[in-house]
Amino acid sequence: MYTHYIKRQTANYAALTISVLSAAFGIFFLFWILKDVFVFGFRAINLDFFTELPAPPGMEGGGLANAILGTLLITVLATAIGVPAGIMAGTYLSEYGRKSRMASVVRFTSDILVSAPSIVIGVFVYALLVKPLGGFSAIAGAVALAIIMLPVVVRTAEEMLKLVPDSTREAALALGAPHWKVTVHIVYRGAIRGIVTGVMLAVARVSGETAPLLFTSFNNAFWNFDMTEPTATLTVTIFNYAMGPYDDWHQKAWGAALLITAIVLLVNMISRIILRGKA
Amino acid sequence: MDSKRYNSGRIGDAVFKGMAWFFAASVIALMALIFAVLVKESWLSINAFGLGFIWTSTWDPVALQFGALPSIWGTLVSSAIAIVIAVPISLGIAIFLTEMAPKRLKGPIGAAIELLASIPSIIYGMWGLFIFAPFLSEHVEPFLIDYLGFIPLFTGAPLGIGMLPAGFILAIMIIPFISSVSRDIFQMVPPMLKESGYGVGATRWEVIRKIVLPYTRSGVIGAVILGLGRALGETMAVTFLIGNAQEIHASLLEPATSISATLANEFTEAVEDLYLSSLVELGLILFVITFVVLALAKLLISRFSYQGGKF
Repeated sequence: MYTHYIKRQTANYAALTISVLSAAFGIFFLFWILKDVFVFGFRAINLDFFTELPAPPGMEGGGLANAILGTLLITVLATAIGVPAGIMAGTYLSEYGRKSRMASVVRFTSDILVSAPSIVIGVFVYALLVKPLGGFSAIAGAVALAIIMLPVVVRTAEEMLKLVPDSTREAALALGAPHWKVTVHIVYRGAIRGIVTGVMLAVARVSGETAPLLFTSFNNAFWNFDMTEPTATLTVTIFNYAMGPYDDWHQKAWGAALLITAIVLLVNMISRIILRGKA
Repeated sequence: MDSKRYNSGRIGDAVFKGMAWFFAASVIALMALIFAVLVKESWLSINAFGLGFIWTSTWDPVALQFGALPSIWGTLVSSAIAIVIAVPISLGIAIFLTEMAPKRLKGPIGAAIELLASIPSIIYGMWGLFIFAPFLSEHVEPFLIDYLGFIPLFTGAPLGIGMLPAGFILAIMIIPFISSVSRDIFQMVPPMLKESGYGVGATRWEVIRKIVLPYTRSGVIGAVILGLGRALGETMAVTFLIGNAQEIHASLLEPATSISATLANEFTEAVEDLYLSSLVELGLILFVITFVVLALAKLLISRFSYQGGKF
């Protein structure tokens, strides 16, 4: 009887210790990565990093200003394509489709698309836009990012719109407002905070994507404002520079990594605070 | 005048509903289009190599002979390594967060792990290449070769780059993801069930093993498969570390490749139509694999939440 009790106690402590250790092990690695990104990244960042073009290969100095601009342009264009489409589709799911067969197929499809390999989306956009039009372009990159963003926005928009109680919709309908006005003026207004947060998270997520841009927006060593031309982005620059042979490139890659990580973490933290305020 | 307003409302309704329907339908159309375009572009390669493409291990761009086996093998093995490492650790984190951590720590640690899930994968890859690969080749791999070298899995030179390092980085990348999903699932266990366990004198581990885990089983399996889906399709973390060699070795320390790494490295260099078409077919295979895996995960998770409602 007593030995049985000791056995159970020992098993308990052993299992709990293993669980704590594995948690510590996982958390240790995650913070190790963060620490390195911040330490090495800060060494690479200076004013030139934000204002100068890349130096020729092998030369010291220069910056990644064109890649910063490229990431910005492509992300903005992707947001302009992906977000309205995603919100409308989410509106269909929460306001019209609800439990219909069509709605459940849309939900299933977007859940699969959310986790579809992003490099395959890059291959798809290459075949759809780059090959027929004869060259890499910022537009193709933005379309690829918009496709990655779309299912995320669809599902978040639906979740957030569903939080608006039906009695609110019914109250407005009972006053004689047409359904679309109820949706735009009442439901959207009630869910705006959640939707904005969801959109911010989706934007943050695609701004760190690399794989879909490799064959779509490609790269460019110079300033580019023409959306039909190849365009440099921070993430593709990290890929090329980290794979390259020069120490200065590696430095720049750390700097770019810090910039992307800091933006993504910041957006995530802000949206957590906004959402918590709501609950 | 009133009827005019009524009519404009009706037209507005039709237009708005039509637009909403159109964009919802476009999600389905997009999926179909991705599939159709990938099949069309890989048709050349499908015709040239047939089904044998999947189990041929030659990948020779010069002779234009292509087989997908090294890439498929690398994708499957690196993901398997990642799952083997990540699942116990993630469950440990989830158990720690739901059942053990003091209340003051739960929030911050949980939030930190969710934040880490949002870090772009290229950061993991780059860190792996610059920091982790040298660490492995100096401290870990010589040890593995010396003491476990009698197993074919751990033979070769300590390069720091290969199947095992790639799998390890993938594991670190999916740990935050699996652990935050399984934490959410663990939290759905009704407190009453756990309390009745404690009430009859069960230890904490017994409650976890005999009440929490069985209750959440299909949900946790779903979370693990979702993590597997991520690992299978992940590009940047793998490309930096897998070594990009179109070879199949028994040893996990040798350089290898994966579907996504092959695509990332060779796609922009492919000039011949057949070369490009074979690469697209690789993408198609990856798309199909992840589609099946994710559909399975979704089925399991939805079944779990249904059962949860019934309790």
